[in-house]
Amino acid sequence: MVSEKNTNQIMNKIRVNRWKDQLFKVWGVACTLIGLILLVVFIGDILIDGIMRIDWGFVTDLPSRKPEKAGVFTALMGSLWVLVLTTFIAFPTGVAAAIYLEEYAKKGRFSAILEINISNLAGVPSIIYGLLGLEIFVRILGLGASVLAGSLTLSLLILPIIIVATRESIKAVPKTIRDASYALGASKWQTIWNQILPAASGGILTGVILSLSRAVGETAPLIVVGALAYVPFAPGHPLDDFSVLPIQIFNWISRPQHGFIENAAAAIIILLLVTFMMNGVAVYYRNKWQKKWK
Amino acid sequence: MKKILFLAIFAAVIVSCGGKSTKDTALATGKLALSGTIKIDGSSTVFPVTEAVAEEFRAVAPKVKVTIGISGTGGGFKKFSRGETNLSNASRPIKDKEMAACAANNISYIELEVAYDGLAVLVNPKNDWVDSFTIEELKKIWEPAAQGKIMKWNQIRPEWPNEEIHLYGPGVASGTYDYFTKAIVGKSGSSRGDYTASEDDHVLVQGIAGDTYSLGFFGLAYYSENKDKLTLIGVDNGTQVVKPSLETVSNGTYTPLSRPLFLYVNSTSVASKEVVSFVNFYLENAGELSKDVGYIPLPTEKYDAQIARFNAFVTKNK
Repeated sequence: MVSEKNTNQIMNKIRVNRWKDQLFKVWGVACTLIGLILLVVFIGDILIDGIMRIDWGFVTDLPSRKPEKAGVFTALMGSLWVLVLTTFIAFPTGVAAAIYLEEYAKKGRFSAILEINISNLAGVPSIIYGLLGLEIFVRILGLGASVLAGSLTLSLLILPIIIVATRESIKAVPKTIRDASYALGASKWQTIWNQILPAASGGILTGVILSLSRAVGETAPLIVVGALAYVPFAPGHPLDDFSVLPIQIFNWISRPQHGFIENAAAAIIILLLVTFMMNGVAVYYRNKWQKKWK
Repeated sequence: MKKILFLAIFAAVIVSCGGKSTKDTALATGKLALSGTIKIDGSSTVFPVTEAVAEEFRAVAPKVKVTIGISGTGGGFKKFSRGETNLSNASRPIKDKEMAACAANNISYIELEVAYDGLAVLVNPKNDWVDSFTIEELKKIWEPAAQGKIMKWNQIRPEWPNEEIHLYGPGVASGTYDYFTKAIVGKSGSSRGDYTASEDDHVLVQGIAGDTYSLGFFGLAYYSENKDKLTLIGVDNGTQVVKPSLETVSNGTYTPLSRPLFLYVNSTSVASKEVVSFVNFYLENAGELSKDVGYIPLPTEKYDAQIARFNAFVTKNK
């Protein structure tokens, strides 16, 4: 028998729980908004400082000691070169490694060690990659402080992220698809290439784009590798010297003249544009591939 | 497949853009038919001067590719001692350890002074009680023993207000901090820790400008850009009170808070004409250009003496 007193107690408890539920909802909204508001404030501030400075000349001019004459041409070209080379190096390598680990590697001590190391690599500070890149790519392989050496270093930096993201997306592909493919007589490789990868492409691309966005904003490892602050020419081939936008921004922010602060804000806008365009391209291809697979 | 095609086109666009810039520079009218590459690395403090020189050199010798890095004075010397760079920017003289590294790799060099950097001591414009500091007073304020003890203005001079003193200065990783502590406290990198530190000197400017009881120091160039917000304080070096200015830093009376900036030249590099021509161009124009970027030129005769010394060095190493 449930007495009236008990019913009241239960009703009270339910009320408290509902109230807690509401409270958490508000808290969640507040947390989301904090991130969003900070982003809006940050972008707004940068736009106010820098948007007036951007014109065609700013994009095509070489570095200069006079803020109003200086442009980001070489840094922008350097960043685009690094972006493209890093994509070409890290994307196939990372995806292949993930396929191996997820589909081929036998579960055992060896693959366990591999997995732990990859997760650990994702947490190594970026400057350490810079030192590694300086020793291996710049000195031992003799690539010099080139775009290629910089891109290889950044590829190392983002490989763990790509591998982890790719593995998660492969894991998320329904088992039924795999079984159906095998049932139709497809080999393992045919199944991976024609079914698993297209089905996982959305997640893979998201991972690649997030990691490339990180790479394009890195300064410390590239300074260590030997990326320059003043280069009067855009790279013509992968072994050329280079500079990148974050280094240019860093350099301008540390100058006393106010004009350079404006320049830095304008360069940040350009860097954001590069990142947004890259994300746009990825979203476009992700949607296209996902439609095709569906 | 389409993605690969897309990336290939993207890469081709970048390459063609790269081609454009070199064509542009080649079209500019050059006086010197020099070509080749000059690699420079080192201090980010000296960077603006070298960048300005490289920018002007572009008009004189458009085919010479000058590249400048900002690995810091120490990082620059590491590359210089391995023979990876032709010139090295430095905001302090080379250390014994770095000399030994150069010697181990059979690298000899010449040290040139290219400009002066002055350190300014500043207070808020509403501060009407301070007209100068002695070195001892600055030391008393900034030395490690002052932490938690020297907290009020009247502890420095009794006639100054009984108000808290708020200190602002560059972060411990900066060369400016090293230099200030060496000149004032006597030991590089040793100071009290309870001051507002920022690697961004603009933040220090804002801090001092908005705080009546503030006191801070940073590079003179930042004062020149913010004269309306800050009051510059002269330093009493024992014989007279001197405020930093183009004149007092250049003629050496503003001591000890001014320092020379250096350029080091590798002796094997002077075999190539473009390096010789660049360094000569540097010493001829550094006076004008260092003013443009906020530093202070050496007296003209010092530049002339160094040009002579450099050319003797070139003849010796040909």
